[in-house]
Amino acid sequence: MEKKNKKVVVLPCSGIGKVFGALARETTYELVERVRPNSAVTTCLAKLVIEDTETKQLVKENPVITIDGCPKECARKSAESQGVNVARSFQTIDFYKAHKDMKPEGISELDETGRRLAAIAADELATVIDELAVQEEQ
Amino acid sequence: MDIQVTKIGMVSCSGEELPEGTISRIACRKVLTDLKPNETVTICLPLFIAGGEEERKFAKKYPTITVDGCEKLCAAKSTEMFSGKPSKSLVVPDILKKHNLSAPKKLRHFGDEDQAAIQAVADEIAKSVKEVLEND
Ligand code: SF4
Ligand code: SF4
Repeated sequence: MEKKNKKVVVLPCSGIGKVFGALARETTYELVERVRPNSAVTTCLAKLVIEDTETKQLVKENPVITIDGCPKECARKSAESQGVNVARSFQTIDFYKAHKDMKPEGISELDETGRRLAAIAADELATVIDELAVQEEQ
Repeated sequence: MDIQVTKIGMVSCSGEELPEGTISRIACRKVLTDLKPNETVTICLPLFIAGGEEERKFAKKYPTITVDGCEKLCAAKSTEMFSGKPSKSLVVPDILKKHNLSAPKKLRHFGDEDQAAIQAVADEIAKSVKEVLEND
């Protein structure tokens, strides 16, 4: 079977009003820069809305996961409203619920605890990236 | 007599792909918390896009200032699409150029060397807030 070099596109909400939005953004950067730099990529979520051709192509040709801060799921809904097929969606608040001893603080810039929680979240999401990348390679 | 305090809605593109998108986000937060806390609110762009009732209502009712990380102008275009033409549309690279500053090289965890760029953008937003309020 021919192997195609597919990437997994990670779209965070980057919510500006809540710490969990910042956590979604940081988790995404952890994934694309540290945990899976060769298979995970991100792009500007807002580019989908302005119908940017390259971005539309990227999310059409590759599996997409969304990382939202909270149950409002703005990234997932924004992406789906633009016709994107979202393979998996996550909420960073759930990572906090699973690690209650790590309360993140800071919206513009996460504090140290928030950064550690984002690193843990990204490590936990690595398998999702691997599964989707493999599926796409088949 | 009632005094109507008008607020400005700031819409940051928060672009994930460019350092300038991170600047737009941090600078808007700075204006909201430090420079113009009584005159501004921010509107989450994805919440706006995903159809948050409150967010769209606000942007229809009050003047908006958009802050974009590049010339693709995602925040300005989305705001116009979902609400109305922004009162001002700011672009981070234009502001940095005006102040002879360069953008950070990384997407996150900005250091001391990047604070001047953030401050310049925040000051420009604050100036625009003042201008829009005066003209309204
Ligand atoms: S999902 Fe929650 S945190 Fe993210 S932009 Fe929407 S409201 Fe904000
Ligand atoms: S304006 Fe530029 S940096 Fe901001 S979301 Fe759009 S493409 Fe990204």
